[in-house]
Amino acid sequence: MDSYANLIPLVILVPAIGALINLFLGHKLGERLSGLVGVTASVLAFIFSVLIFAYLSDPAVVTGIVIDPPLLDGWIRIGSDAGFSVNIPWQFRVDTITAVMLLVVTGVGSLIHIYSIGYMHGDPKYARFFAFLNMFMMFMLILVTGNNFLMMFVGWEGVGVMSYLLIGFWWDKSAPVGWRNSDAARKAMIANRVGDFGIIMATILIFWTFGTVNYYSPGEVANSCYVLEHAESISAEQAEHGECDAEAVEAFATGAVGEHEEGEAEGSEEATEESSEVEGEANAGIVLVQETETEGEHAEEAEAEGEHGEEAAHGAHMSVEDMTNANFMPDQMGVFAQLDALVNLDEGETIPWAVSPDGTVIERGREVQFGPYSADISVVLFLIIVFIVLGVSGKSAQIPLFVWLPDAMAGPTPVSALMHAATMVTAGVYLLVRSNVFITYSPEGRLLIAIIGTATALVAGLTAVGQWDIKRVLAFSTVSQLGFMVAAIGVGAYVAAIFHLVTHAVFKALLFLGSGSVIHGVEHGEHHVHELHAHDHHGDHHDDHGEPFDPQDMRNMGGLRARMPITFVTYLIGTFALSGLPIFAGFWSKDEILLDALVHGGESTNVLDQLSGFIVFFGLLVAAGFTAFYMWRQIQMVFFGEPRSEAARHAPESVPSMTIPLIVLAIGATFIGLINVPGGAWPFTLFYKLHEFGHFLEASIPSITTGHTLDFNWLLAGLATAVAFGAIFLAHSIYAGNKAVRGEHGAVDGRDPLQDNGSTSQIFTAANRRLYWDDFYFAVFIRPYQRIAAFFADVIDWNFWHDYVHDKVIKRGYDTISQLLANPLDIGLIDGAVNGVGRLVSYLSGRFRTAQTGYVRTYAVVLLLGVVAVIVLMVLPLIPIGS
Amino acid sequence: MEFAVPTEFFFVLSLILFTLGALGVLLRKNAILVFMSVELMLNSANLALVAFARQWGSQEGHIFVFFVMTVAAAEVAVGLALIVAIFRSKQSINIDDLHQMEG
Repeated sequence: MDSYANLIPLVILVPAIGALINLFLGHKLGERLSGLVGVTASVLAFIFSVLIFAYLSDPAVVTGIVIDPPLLDGWIRIGSDAGFSVNIPWQFRVDTITAVMLLVVTGVGSLIHIYSIGYMHGDPKYARFFAFLNMFMMFMLILVTGNNFLMMFVGWEGVGVMSYLLIGFWWDKSAPVGWRNSDAARKAMIANRVGDFGIIMATILIFWTFGTVNYYSPGEVANSCYVLEHAESISAEQAEHGECDAEAVEAFATGAVGEHEEGEAEGSEEATEESSEVEGEANAGIVLVQETETEGEHAEEAEAEGEHGEEAAHGAHMSVEDMTNANFMPDQMGVFAQLDALVNLDEGETIPWAVSPDGTVIERGREVQFGPYSADISVVLFLIIVFIVLGVSGKSAQIPLFVWLPDAMAGPTPVSALMHAATMVTAGVYLLVRSNVFITYSPEGRLLIAIIGTATALVAGLTAVGQWDIKRVLAFSTVSQLGFMVAAIGVGAYVAAIFHLVTHAVFKALLFLGSGSVIHGVEHGEHHVHELHAHDHHGDHHDDHGEPFDPQDMRNMGGLRARMPITFVTYLIGTFALSGLPIFAGFWSKDEILLDALVHGGESTNVLDQLSGFIVFFGLLVAAGFTAFYMWRQIQMVFFGEPRSEAARHAPESVPSMTIPLIVLAIGATFIGLINVPGGAWPFTLFYKLHEFGHFLEASIPSITTGHTLDFNWLLAGLATAVAFGAIFLAHSIYAGNKAVRGEHGAVDGRDPLQDNGSTSQIFTAANRRLYWDDFYFAVFIRPYQRIAAFFADVIDWNFWHDYVHDKVIKRGYDTISQLLANPLDIGLIDGAVNGVGRLVSYLSGRFRTAQTGYVRTYAVVLLLGVVAVIVLMVLPLIPIGS
Repeated sequence: MEFAVPTEFFFVLSLILFTLGALGVLLRKNAILVFMSVELMLNSANLALVAFARQWGSQEGHIFVFFVMTVAAAEVAVGLALIVAIFRSKQSINIDDLHQMEG
């Protein structure tokens, strides 16, 4: 069986080629062909991803593979091998997290490509749109497949640029209300740049601390415990899977098996103790992080006695013995393995860290040296996490940088679905899961992440309640759901975060595409109305009182249930999935997060962890209530009641190329939660495999806790469902059949029932104004910035530099000097000299002319005298005088 | 060479002839006479050249003499033509009348 993992370069190359074709030939291809190119590229990438996924689902290979693509081996290489050197190879990390992300990106991406064929029909920049989509996909794939933080950053920046280009895709369109598209694009770019600064700082700090930015070295596996559990299947199938070439895994598997067979055959007492401890804990599925320190003491014995066993015990976690072998440099060891070794050192204890060119072994303790400063590894770790979280808050729209995502809805709807709901914004979650080892060792970091995630989920959930724009509700919902994922990571629930990421990708893509379908329908309805009015010149445009018609404003909608049945049903399914009603996708993933938070907080002895578990559990429960509330509000306003505009009255159902992806996604949104059915109670035991998804992912998450295999909790599920139903009931009672949201002049002055209720009007207004967050930024950052800019422009630049320095100092000085040079020097001296020579010549010639008598005789005499003089001069020296 | 006129004799004769020619050029007003005086100077130079050639047993002097004679002949051709042309326009060949080149 050939290794499908080697398809990874192709997965990236295919969208790249598609993008290039559309970029350079798109205008010649025409709409049909360039759409075909774009869709083919993404579908091919999807097929490859499925093959890779299938290959990795074999337990013998899930430990992860590092692939060096040809040509790019020495991507960044500075310095020689001896002494200081930086070597960052372009390597792909293929493990189960990668595989899941690949499926999400290419799967949802392909559906959105197909949907775009219909949605972008007739757009003059059709080919460019598909080129951008393909290129975005390429960068996203680089992001999730890279084996180091720098490759991740390449993808990270790439998706940022594509996001900027796609948000501003209709840059020349002036929005009817609020921001122009280009403003939104710039806002997204700037907010992201602030976050990117964090990523850069984190990468630099990581490199400084560990001497490498690689996640793993080719020989390392992520999760030694997982390998131990599956050791037998690995060794049995190893011959078949030649590509499981990682030496550590091999040594590991053989060692582990040998251990099983030989039992306590080792000689030394210490070594025996170690191995039994290793075996016991490994079988319990707990990462063996404590071993390194104890083994430090018994390094030599252990190495002598049970080398294989020791390697087996650690696998990914480079053991002290390996380091005593002193044949590695830090860049031969991934960041996470190094971290494992460092963090577990005691105060004052050191380990051999690297070998300098002259052969001396460099020791290293917990202190990390930064030039003249040094810090404990845990402080450095917290700093790294803070910077990573800053980056995540930019890309994944968390507090404090979430403000850009709602404005990003200015872009075409497929973009909103693909990038701003399903893929790009999950990059931050992916990065956090990737960095799980960091997070595991830093309780402060966990608390920070938990607080940010929960706060984001709450703030964005509340804000979504107050929005009029159909896509903006979904945008704030996305921000809120991303907060759920980040909060999950804050309580160590990596699997739950990824699980929610997957389900959310499906149902939020569904909702966005559904909203795109609604907008499309309302726009067509509006055109229809205008065509009617063009015939009879009544001029009574219902929605046109000086304000342009906004097809995205929910106050213009209503009653679309009958006009757009497919869109309605699929949208309803998406709403159920997002609200977390039982059976639908969100139910499983959201409950898993809540349960993990509960267990994490309850079982931990660390007060910080208890706090974060508490915050996350109650915060997310409330946020889940918000979710169900604003979604049902939206359903009521868009699909129920009477149409509140002529456009809504005439909205047609969308074309099949748009509705078919909706149906596919709706099926997905209904059933995808079943991939990770928890065990524990009767109906679930009927399933073939329990915690399938969790088991799949755990291989890639070295610091996984037991949380991912928790049993179904009826009480919690009941509570969450009750909250969701309660919120839906509340929303229903407020919005059902209520036409108050339509004002006299259509959408412009439409009021919400919450607004007219004394006790809630303040809250609604605040939510409608986005909790004044943007105003806050305006007041704190943008206006002072503008003031300072104005000051610099007017006072410093104009008054000082222009008026004083340029006009007074430079210009006047120049004038003075040039006057000086021109008058006395040029005119006086140089001109005088030249003219003087002329005058002299003229004067002399006047004197000499009289010598010319014109008489031949005179000339003859002069000639004669001259000859005589010459002869005399010639002859005189020849005459000897006085001899 | 049992009998030979010493070279000094020729040299002195050449000097006398040259002086006569030079005086003729300076003192006479008739252009033709001036011309003839010039010829006299040239010939004195020729005489000196031949004398020196004989003195040193060299051929260069003779060759120069032929050159000088050729140039003198050409000069006479041009000079006489000029004198005739001047006479036609001025009705005179008195060189004191010819001072148009005065500075």
